[in-house]
Amino acid sequence: MKLTLHIWRQKNSSEKGHFETYQLDNVIEDMSFLEMLDVLNEKLVLEGKEPIAFDHDCREGICGACSLTINGIPHGPEKATTTCQLHMRKFKDGDEIWIEPFRAKAFPVIKDLIVDRSAFDRIIQAGGFISVNTGQAPEANSILVPKQNAEKAMDAAQCIGCGACVAACPNGSAMLFVSAKVAHFAYLPQGQPERKLRVLKMVEQMQKEGFGNCSNMYECEAACPKEISVRNIALMFRDYLKASCSEEKLELVENE
Amino acid sequence: MILDGKVPSGHITEKWDKHRFEMKLVSPANKRKYKILVVGTGLAGASAAASLAELGYQVEVFTYHDSPRRAHSIAAQGGINAAKNYPNDGDSIWRLFYDTVKGGDFRSREANVYRLAQVSNNIIDQCVAQGVPFAREYSGYLANRSFGGAQLSRTFYARGQTGQQLLLGAYSALMRQVGLKKIILHTRTEMLDLVVIDGVARGIVTRNLLNGKIESFVGDAVVLATGGYSNVFFLSTNAQACNVTATYRAYKRGAFFANPCFTQIHPTCIPQSGEHQSKLTLMSESLRNDGRVWVPKNPGDKRKPTDIPEDERDYYLERMYPSYGNLAPRDIASRAAKRVCDEGRGVGPTGNAVYLDFSDAIKRLGKKVIEERYGNLFEMYERITGDNPYETPMMIYPAPHYTMGGLWVDYNLMSNLPGLHVIGEANFSDHGANRLGASALMQGLADGYFILPYTIGHYFATTKLEKVTTDHPEFKKCEEEVKERIKKLMSINGKKTPTQFHRELGKIMWDNVGMARTEESLKKALELVPKLREEFWSNLTMVGEEGDLNIVLEKALRVADFLEFAELMIWDALERDESCGGHFREEHQYPDGEAKRDDERFCHVAAWEYTGVGNKPIRHIEPLTFEYVPLTVRSYK
Repeated sequence: MKLTLHIWRQKNSSEKGHFETYQLDNVIEDMSFLEMLDVLNEKLVLEGKEPIAFDHDCREGICGACSLTINGIPHGPEKATTTCQLHMRKFKDGDEIWIEPFRAKAFPVIKDLIVDRSAFDRIIQAGGFISVNTGQAPEANSILVPKQNAEKAMDAAQCIGCGACVAACPNGSAMLFVSAKVAHFAYLPQGQPERKLRVLKMVEQMQKEGFGNCSNMYECEAACPKEISVRNIALMFRDYLKASCSEEKLELVENE
Repeated sequence: MILDGKVPSGHITEKWDKHRFEMKLVSPANKRKYKILVVGTGLAGASAAASLAELGYQVEVFTYHDSPRRAHSIAAQGGINAAKNYPNDGDSIWRLFYDTVKGGDFRSREANVYRLAQVSNNIIDQCVAQGVPFAREYSGYLANRSFGGAQLSRTFYARGQTGQQLLLGAYSALMRQVGLKKIILHTRTEMLDLVVIDGVARGIVTRNLLNGKIESFVGDAVVLATGGYSNVFFLSTNAQACNVTATYRAYKRGAFFANPCFTQIHPTCIPQSGEHQSKLTLMSESLRNDGRVWVPKNPGDKRKPTDIPEDERDYYLERMYPSYGNLAPRDIASRAAKRVCDEGRGVGPTGNAVYLDFSDAIKRLGKKVIEERYGNLFEMYERITGDNPYETPMMIYPAPHYTMGGLWVDYNLMSNLPGLHVIGEANFSDHGANRLGASALMQGLADGYFILPYTIGHYFATTKLEKVTTDHPEFKKCEEEVKERIKKLMSINGKKTPTQFHRELGKIMWDNVGMARTEESLKKALELVPKLREEFWSNLTMVGEEGDLNIVLEKALRVADFLEFAELMIWDALERDESCGGHFREEHQYPDGEAKRDDERFCHVAAWEYTGVGNKPIRHIEPLTFEYVPLTVRSYK
């Protein structure tokens, strides 16, 4: 098939970007979306032009590196699918496709389609862990986790940290990402001792990073390639509220 | 030279305990005086960095990703082994040890494997405490399943995303230390060289992938956790950026590379669909628990799978290996698939595929149970191929997946270069000539959480290290060499892209140094690879600038090293004139096609020393002795 591609080109974070249009013939339906871009990039390099920079790595939908907005939708039109797992059979001959980076205030563009998502790492640094040192762990089966809770924890823990939720949200909110981590630990007994402190610290960092608030649009859930539920956001709100009037909050305020 | 693995004396069950006692300690107050550079943030790197920082060492961590969480450990699907014996099916540390030595076709170091089995249980404890959501029974206890190469259920799993969950566990431990300012994290930073001063590894030279800046970092020890080199085949299940540069550069600086020809070809991957293909996708081996592998009995049978009657199908794994059946180890299952395809019985458009059929399991257990077990894998298969595996059998074919070879290390996980420690897939490891399923995660975390943190202390406590800074002439020299290399690449001005060269190299390696090797094919590859390398250095095209984010340059640097490394791999495959595990020399097989080892001549590790580009490297050996698992023909019949 033949495609017309409008692709965002931006030299670096300080210069303004723009769309450039490329014609691509001989696209095969078995190609993944990124393989289609590979073909275009090879063509550009052979013409002596700079290829389009985009983040990608595992190409099996789990590393969370790929981050394209395709026709206005983060990761494109296919439900529950990362860009790398989107295949060209979902498009048809003569299609025009608009390809942009994930757009959000907290994700500045680095080059072309690459954005800086290090804010997510800093949110995890703030509290997205259980404070156990290597060697401290008790025998594994001494911690029982009811199957239904383990399943809920796993549903939330599946988050691949791609940031599609942020890109999809009209407010550029990271609530789905943050709440997925909060919920993952909240469903497990191991997560209880730090539960309040964790949500306070992660939310605080989230706000510092410039992510917006949640106004219940649910665009995040619709865009999430792992179908993380917005119920996690509700859980995070409840936890945050409870934590806000707890001893932990007092301690945090006193330590500041 | 005969290499000494420095295995402690005593009975195998007591070696590690004894060694831990005998190793010298670094007091808590002194730990903070030592700086450790950890390269790579997969399971091994992240777990090591976090554990070392918890102990009080200064740690700096390097990854070429935008975040440590993207490391390719994340893509491991099936599970992690441990000798917990929770299912009460007769497992023990000894049995896990035995299975791993036998599975590796007697080409690993017994004492290392025993230690791995010993600490396997601690790993599960640690991961559970971190909040890894392993599969559970309704009672709340941990669930287990069986996996290729084992007759019992010792595999712990988190749906089809075990690697992801374990990596996120190690990543969270790492990020906690970064948040506490105990670790300095360098993202989008790629190691391009190792700095060795007076024979001791003292630092690395890196390139900042955002702005091209070449920088040096000094430390008291360097830890490489940079994974394997399956991408030498171009098409593999590895991620796009996985490369051999860090370990290969260490080799060029004097570290020995052990058993580079030991590569694993995974039996259950989605077959290639065309020239555009950038990678091969693995379908978890756990599918072989319920899926039955078959091809038509008659060559050239082009009927739809559902139209082929039962008695005209050949369930060849069940036929050839009745006691393991579809769960035969990876190397054996892969070769069997190649054999039936070579006989003209392969299926699919290319004839290079076999069926993995779930219809019996669906009949027996119901679609719902199969969906619960493998739902996400079935979806993934359908997304990629457009076929629905609930209705028509999957098509699979072997693909390069894991490399057992790597930098040589002693029992303390230190290479022959003092100060250079190598962990995870990057070292030559405990898997011998073939790795069993669910053992990579186990080894990566064993090295990082429970072995290196002890042994590195012993190194510091017994070594007097000179004070050096990055102003040392050796750092300057190394930096200059890296800059030279980049300049040279940028100036070639030829006509072919790095990817084109990589694809050509991959084809040479797959055709001649792949699943089956012969003296003839290896000698052919030994002619083709240097020619391609020569062409690379005279006909490469390059765009962009070196002082900018430049994806073509990144790729060119990696391909340049693959082009040299490939030759090392061929030498090793050629000199190892026997078949063992994943290394299959067609000249050496039993009449039924099984690998024929030559323990008289090759019961050893081959560790290669660099002697210059294009020169034959020097082959050193570390003899292997098997005191506890007697050398036998590996049989899975």
